[in-house]
Amino acid sequence: MPSVFPTDSVGLVTPLTWHFGEPLTLACGRDLVDYQLVYETYGELNAARSNAVLICHALSGNHHAAGFHSEDDRKPGWWDSCIGPGKAIDTNRFFVVSLNNLGGCNGSTGPASINPATGKPFGADFPVVTVEDWVNSQARLADALGIQRWAAVVGGSLGGMQALQWSISYPERVAHCVAIASAPKLSAQNIAFNEVARQAILSDPEFHGGHFREQGVIPKRGLMLARMVGHITYLSDDAMGQKFGRGLKSEKLNYDFHSVEFQVESYLRYQGEEFSGRFDANTYLLMTKALDYFDPAAAHDGDLVRTLENAKADFCVISFTTDWRFSPARSREIVDALVAAGKNVSYLEVEAAQGHDAFLIPIPRYLHAFRSYMNRIEI
Amino acid sequence: MRADLDIIQEWIPAGSRVLDLGCGDGELLAWLRDNKQVSGYGLEIDPDNIARCIERGINVIEQDLDKGLGNFASDSFDVVLMTQALQAVDRPDEVLREMLRIGRQCIITFPNFGHWRCRWHLIRHGRMPVSEFLPYTWYNTPNIHFCTFKDFEALCREQHLRVLDRLAVDHQHRDSLSSRLWPNLLGEIGIYRVSRPDAT
Repeated sequence: MPSVFPTDSVGLVTPLTWHFGEPLTLACGRDLVDYQLVYETYGELNAARSNAVLICHALSGNHHAAGFHSEDDRKPGWWDSCIGPGKAIDTNRFFVVSLNNLGGCNGSTGPASINPATGKPFGADFPVVTVEDWVNSQARLADALGIQRWAAVVGGSLGGMQALQWSISYPERVAHCVAIASAPKLSAQNIAFNEVARQAILSDPEFHGGHFREQGVIPKRGLMLARMVGHITYLSDDAMGQKFGRGLKSEKLNYDFHSVEFQVESYLRYQGEEFSGRFDANTYLLMTKALDYFDPAAAHDGDLVRTLENAKADFCVISFTTDWRFSPARSREIVDALVAAGKNVSYLEVEAAQGHDAFLIPIPRYLHAFRSYMNRIEI
Repeated sequence: MRADLDIIQEWIPAGSRVLDLGCGDGELLAWLRDNKQVSGYGLEIDPDNIARCIERGINVIEQDLDKGLGNFASDSFDVVLMTQALQAVDRPDEVLREMLRIGRQCIITFPNFGHWRCRWHLIRHGRMPVSEFLPYTWYNTPNIHFCTFKDFEALCREQHLRVLDRLAVDHQHRDSLSSRLWPNLLGEIGIYRVSRPDAT
């Protein structure tokens, strides 16, 4: 039977689950006694086990990075533009592992999972996890899969932070670190946006202190608002201008507050609506906290150069000109620290109109450089 | 390898740490890495050149020299080099000062506007010289700060820099007796190695 999928797609993929029985001690001091991680793999692990690439997802991402779950799937995984045969992360060469992080809501243990201590969903009782915790849990997944050293750890945005943390926490286990549209820590403005998103969720009457599942409801409005705020920061002013301008849904203004009048309003509501139907509010809170807390240099008096001194990986850092959420200047901080620490690093500042979202978009120059970098990795 | 790069590599000690301003496609850095155990970084703004550097596996950083080099620490490199770019930057004097802040030594190459052909072109035609080697016209040239060897050496004196080596060559980077005797008249390209006055 001929494949219904494009030839440069990894095709049909099935998520896998790994159970971990050994407790994981988290940065907050609490232990996760028993947990599971959901992941997907693309390509084949070679005999030397030297061609494995870890994909770290961003705030709302998950393990489904490439391919399709069924022949009826309308859309492939979230980073299908970069993962597949002949693509930037070439699955003819690499064995790609993509997981859903701890605290997520797509199958890995998270706030919606049953707390073995109470028999009820964790809800707000799920511990706050950090980027370091994620990296530790990912290292256990690597152990389970028999991967001693990643050929590369790759991620965009919050995923780039995990890639960076990998090079710091497990220097011997990362050959290459690719951090795209990322930052060494959040700015006050970044944290402020996250706080608005959290307040939108926390103040929704249906939130019930995080135990909404027990009440049989979800804080839909809060989650929707949080996503709408987030979405504005992922796009550039230019991108929004080009996409929507001041375009109207109807022919004339209604002079009221409840109609959806501007195209951009309609778009944001649609995005918020769609997101609130598929994402867990507690997970959203956790992800924003992990972002806020990330600051690997804090352990070295804020000295990022010293923080990166022990890293053994080669680095590739990429930013996008109109990204104001994680601007090129933030990527430059990483690059400058790596140069000062004497690490191998290449840096690209890609001209792109799409803002922070650009890292998910197949921009020719970005894909070409990304592919060139990945292709030169020795396996 | 490009002839001027072949001359430059001899001035770069094995195992040194090099910053190449305007590294092009990374040819020199790749050669130095493979043959002299040099670790280094290239700065470049042209997307095609950057892509080529990445393919070669050398460290390339997208950075515009005209926006400053303040992100590099003082004394953080053994050699800072810049080939055929001095005449294209906004402020050659500031770039030169920065190069010697960052590196112990600098290697700089640039075309000599005092070469007899340029002088003759200007005298005979009364117009800005255009040649096979410098094919631009005055209004579209990226080379906005032409100078002669004498001009450059005057700038070095002003900044109290020491000229350690200098070579005047023709556009095929051949060294000749005549260009040694009358460099400012007969040398087409200058290759200079300079250091701070206190450097040994």
